[in-house]
Amino acid sequence: MQPSTLTILGYMLTSISFMFGIQLLRSPKTARTGNRVAAVGMLLVLGITAALINGTSNWPLIVPVIAVGTVIGALSARTVRMTAMPQMVALFNGMGGGSAALIAAADFRSAVGSGTASPDITWAIMLSCLIGSVSFAGSLIAFAKLQELMPGRPLTYPLQKAVNAVLLAAIVAIGVYLTVTTQPLSTNLVHDYAPLHFAVSPLFPIFLGLCVALGVLFVVPIGGADMPVIISLLNSFTGLAAAMTGFVLSNDVLIVSGALVGASGTILTQLMSKAMNRSLFNVLFGAFGSKVEATGGAAAEGGTVHPTTVEDVAALLAYASLVIFVPGYGMAVARAQHDVKELADELERRGVSVEYAIHPVAGRMPGHMNVLLAEANVPYPQLKEMDAVNPDFPRADVAMVIGANDVVNPAARNQANSPIYGMPILNVDEAKTVVVLKRSMATGFAGVDNPLFYKPNALMLFGDARSSISELLAEVKRQ
Amino acid sequence: MSRGETLALGAFIFSLAVFVGFLLISKVPTMLHTPLMSGTNFIHGIVLVGALTVAATAHDTLGYLIAVAAVLLGTLNVVGGWVVTDRMLEMFKGRRSGDGRANPPAAAGDPPRADH
Repeated sequence: MQPSTLTILGYMLTSISFMFGIQLLRSPKTARTGNRVAAVGMLLVLGITAALINGTSNWPLIVPVIAVGTVIGALSARTVRMTAMPQMVALFNGMGGGSAALIAAADFRSAVGSGTASPDITWAIMLSCLIGSVSFAGSLIAFAKLQELMPGRPLTYPLQKAVNAVLLAAIVAIGVYLTVTTQPLSTNLVHDYAPLHFAVSPLFPIFLGLCVALGVLFVVPIGGADMPVIISLLNSFTGLAAAMTGFVLSNDVLIVSGALVGASGTILTQLMSKAMNRSLFNVLFGAFGSKVEATGGAAAEGGTVHPTTVEDVAALLAYASLVIFVPGYGMAVARAQHDVKELADELERRGVSVEYAIHPVAGRMPGHMNVLLAEANVPYPQLKEMDAVNPDFPRADVAMVIGANDVVNPAARNQANSPIYGMPILNVDEAKTVVVLKRSMATGFAGVDNPLFYKPNALMLFGDARSSISELLAEVKRQ
Repeated sequence: MSRGETLALGAFIFSLAVFVGFLLISKVPTMLHTPLMSGTNFIHGIVLVGALTVAATAHDTLGYLIAVAAVLLGTLNVVGGWVVTDRMLEMFKGRRSGDGRANPPAAAGDPPRADH
């Protein structure tokens, strides 16, 4: 079907709105507007599509499904806690991937059924199924890991990489075979095939199943700490899958938007792994954080931790000249950002300088801490990125580590055998005193022991971050 | 247009869009990585367009099932992806004025507020 001039112009406006929207998303000032600009483009293209399929008799089926999807999508996205945002992105990303795979499957059926299937379309169908299914299954696993429905630890087993390689090889082989053998059918053959319909080739459902399996096995060995990078990668996969459905349906706006997301997502993925000083290859195949025993150094040497009390820490804080807060995922879980801000305000009132050290991958998403602290109205100038704040630690009296672990682990600096060796960290151990707020001695998300806790200048304040902070606030006020 | 020409034109715009995508995300502050990922997550919700196209021509039981699933998943991607992004970006508001006045965080379930 040849699209009309108006349709093409509408597609053009949508494509421009997406590009402009992404452009605006690059600055905190304009980001929200950017998201709205993209929404206008989306509404436009959905309107055009509705007009194009106006003649269908399937509206009674389509409309309720859209209504249900809208209600579920809006409600779940609106009611979820801010700390759970990362897994929501993963979940909705998986939905898009699944949709792309299903579209390709439906098109394969109708192309074979109508006898119009030929390799110049089937290649895109196969790719869309592959990428979409991997994104779907992989995102659901990422969701389950972040939601702690399954262990965040990397799950490894012998010959894991070999199994995945064989699986991928089998998928490619079947995909290529289906692409080249699915020829436009002669009239006779259409008759033979017609009653079978979906039984176009029993290989196709097998192909789909293998693709889903690959998505699961691909993400299972990746540790929870690396999930942001994986979600970003799967996000760009879904973009590519959408572009492939564009080739299948000869729809240019799908091709443009999908390619845009695929490309920008790839760059974003690289930026994220760079922030952790790891290559993407290492993230994907390193099974990061699974080799805990090899690095238990400090604990194995019988180091001791120094538990402390709220009163002692309050005194330290009240008479410090510079205090640096180092927030991590623990702060997000305890939802302690407002209490932290209150404590900081009280310290500032007493003439203490306060800074916040933000590690690029603190929390479970890059920018996670910025979002939470912005919510608590922490002024921007106090939020310091790693490179800006590291020189300040030697003159800080107290570094308050609030539920951060891996991003302050000195093993990254000096233990060549540690899985996080080489990752840039916040040098909190250079502060005169480090106070670590922690629920227990459990390891961080990467599952690596932290020698910081055994240092002579490190004090451990065990307990829920939020109640510890509010007790500290009360105690500082009393000083 | 022949199928070959359609395909070639598709490849043409695909490569241009890839190029634009690369250029758009060259230098972005870390704090916007997550919202950007979420925003592009919303944009690939455009698969809903494909899902609707396929759903319009479904005509047998299995076809209906596939169509319903594809439209449902696509709608969830579009709506959920957008709302999640908007909620993340909502956190950055109130800072534009720079007056530092206390701005209570929106309770979950509040309608998105206008900026002006």
